[in-house]
Amino acid sequence: MSRRRDNYETSRWLRFKKWVDGETDPLSSGMDAIPVVTEGQMRERRKNLALRKAYDEELTRLSAEHADKTEIMKARGIRNFQKFYKVMSVILCLAIISVLLWTIAALPVTGGADNPANNEVAARYIEKGLQETGAVNIVTGMILDYRAFDTFGESCVLFIASCCVLVLLRLDADSKNDNIKKMIAESDDRHFEPKDDIILQKCACVLVPVIMIFGIYIVLNGHLSPGGGFSGGAVLGSGLILYLNAYGYKKMSRLFTEKVYRRTTLCALTFYCLAKSYSFFTGANHLESGIPTGTPGAILSSGLILPLNICVGLVVACTMYAFYTLFRKGGM
Amino acid sequence: MSFVQNFPFFSIILAMFSGIISSVLSGKKARNLSLVMIAVTTALSAGTLLFCLRTGESYPYMMGHFPAPWGNEIRAGILEGVTAVFFGVVMFLAVLGGLDHTAEDVEENKLNLFYIMIDLMLSSLLALVYTNDLFTAYVFVEINTIAGCGLIMIRQKGRSMSAAIRYMIMSQLGSGLFLIGLSILYDITGHLLMSPAKESVAALAASGAYRIPMLVIMAVVGVGLAIKSGLYPFHYWIPDTYGYATPTASAVLSGLVSKGYIFLLIKIFYRVLGYDNLVSSQMVNVLYVFGITGMVMGSLHAIHETDTRRMTAYSSVAQIGYIYMGIGLGTQYGMVAAVFHIFTHSATKALLFISAVGLYEASGDKKDYVSLRGAGYRNPLAGIGFTVGSLSMVGFPMLSGFISKLLFATSALESPHKMLPTLIVLAVSTTLNAVYFLRLVITLYSRRRPEDAPIPEVKVRSSWHLRLAILCFIAVNLVLGMWSQPIVQAIADGLAMFG
Repeated sequence: MSRRRDNYETSRWLRFKKWVDGETDPLSSGMDAIPVVTEGQMRERRKNLALRKAYDEELTRLSAEHADKTEIMKARGIRNFQKFYKVMSVILCLAIISVLLWTIAALPVTGGADNPANNEVAARYIEKGLQETGAVNIVTGMILDYRAFDTFGESCVLFIASCCVLVLLRLDADSKNDNIKKMIAESDDRHFEPKDDIILQKCACVLVPVIMIFGIYIVLNGHLSPGGGFSGGAVLGSGLILYLNAYGYKKMSRLFTEKVYRRTTLCALTFYCLAKSYSFFTGANHLESGIPTGTPGAILSSGLILPLNICVGLVVACTMYAFYTLFRKGGM
Repeated sequence: MSFVQNFPFFSIILAMFSGIISSVLSGKKARNLSLVMIAVTTALSAGTLLFCLRTGESYPYMMGHFPAPWGNEIRAGILEGVTAVFFGVVMFLAVLGGLDHTAEDVEENKLNLFYIMIDLMLSSLLALVYTNDLFTAYVFVEINTIAGCGLIMIRQKGRSMSAAIRYMIMSQLGSGLFLIGLSILYDITGHLLMSPAKESVAALAASGAYRIPMLVIMAVVGVGLAIKSGLYPFHYWIPDTYGYATPTASAVLSGLVSKGYIFLLIKIFYRVLGYDNLVSSQMVNVLYVFGITGMVMGSLHAIHETDTRRMTAYSSVAQIGYIYMGIGLGTQYGMVAAVFHIFTHSATKALLFISAVGLYEASGDKKDYVSLRGAGYRNPLAGIGFTVGSLSMVGFPMLSGFISKLLFATSALESPHKMLPTLIVLAVSTTLNAVYFLRLVITLYSRRRPEDAPIPEVKVRSSWHLRLAILCFIAVNLVLGMWSQPIVQAIADGLAMFG
């Protein structure tokens, strides 16, 4: 066996070998973001808060007091970095804002007749929209017939967002995890809520039917007048939330439970998916879809737009209500 | 119109529909449905690819009764087909390999929600691949982002919550920038469909009008999608996100999600903004600089890491840097290399994350170097899988990583100004890759010493899903490494169709 070098313990090779074997941790020295806070430094920090101006003298005095100079240097480094970070973020934001404002100045003037956006696309929507889709409200015709694929994507965005909220906030009563059982016990604060508030109930009594009917009207007349599934669904959802606040979960659960929520969303999205798949398939293969557009202006007209509006409205209303109940403690 | 041409539309709708249906299924049924759906969509994509290869041209597909600038449209070609097939295969293997851990990490009543995320994630990836419309792209980018957040936070252990929040903030920032870019583009061209938008962009570039907005669009769209795919200075969400999610989610996020955005970026570069405009506006040089910085810095961060999953995550930063370097070279050949590296990296990184699961199982779920010592003997197949993945990342011949490095090096020769830095950084980055990956491989195959802490209840054999997934991933790597020529040819043909 060959003789080891005298300074083998400190040689680079041994350090490299130890690092390969995972014995040394390169992070253990010099990389720690959190400095060890001693009592003296805490005192120093409090003083610093009070006396920002005298910061430097304070630091040198303290460093003389405490032999541990490097710790203070580190703390100072972090503080300087934080200051630097704040300043830089402000500068960066201002830079981005000014670049974007500068860009706006270079864009075509709003409302100009010969803007690039006023081209054959918009012209056909306006001139032939009524005839081709049967919808008096051109916007609805656009989002639910011309560009229905995008709108299906948007409904799926709502669907997956509510799924994410379910992942995050739903607590299952039959969960095996002890932690979650504890959370359920803690979160049941429904009996603390004010009950039977007479003013709220009377107001809700008057308002909820009006809100609901108005919401249904907006959804059903989406193809005839301004409105449609997204806005009508939001109105319906707010009506449900108001009713819940006035009369509590017990009464609400007669109408709307998680099961109802899931089934409604499922049915609405399934119908949307199947109906639009049929329409896409026939359209792309140049087949007759056989869906009548009806007489423009009548409630039963414009082909698939009315049922699709209802689907979108249901999904939006359910998502709004689900968000509200899940963000309160205790779930649906 | 032949029936095969409907397949891209079928695959997107099928993925979305199974996501919707899964909301009322039990976790197990949702899982099976998801696996079947991924297999079927992959087969459909393969059909599309074969059709495009046979006819040798791409075709647009009308989504509805109205032709292109008025209605929605998707488009299928060779490159779209190859990418969709590849994404499907990686998705299938990632879900298959992580089955047991998904069941462990996710609460039982929320298992179906996990598979909803997987289904919608696949649908959005397919839509990003096939889209021919910028707004459709944006809608599916949104679905992709939200599904990504869901996949991370569903684990609800350790730091996955903060990782999800970090991911959400960074990703939303990217989406916001992308949307600003699209709005400005619509304002100056009046089109959202890619082909007419490209014509107006070319006309604007020729006449010299709206120069500032064009520049801002390029910067904002490029940076937005670069943030979302984790290019170097915007990479801070990567290590936590990939390091603390459940294995399937890590494999999907690192292998597919970031690649979907890069694919979209390439598509926008070619099909909307015009690659020549980008080269002349110096935007590619910015991406190039970020890319080569990322190649070195990502590897340096990875060397510092003691948690092997975070190390693998940091290596992604370096590999994303490679892809952007290829895009930034500004030549057709560099782009081919970048697209090939997209495939290489998604196959290899998913293999690394999935096979690492087998190694952690054999080491009492510890992820540091000391605990993993000798894990290659305790779980031989996972050890082989990880070794193959590491060697591929380092660039060992016969494996896919070698081919992409070769492509990068040869394409660098074509751009005189960037040749030297590219070759030097490639060499440095390869050495750094070797340092941290081979360190781990050596650790896996070194004997445990008596002073090491004993391993509690070693699970000797992984389940058959995991083993099958590892074997298939190794096969994919070998195929990419040994029969690369037809794939490279297909990529080049597909990019030519983009132009």
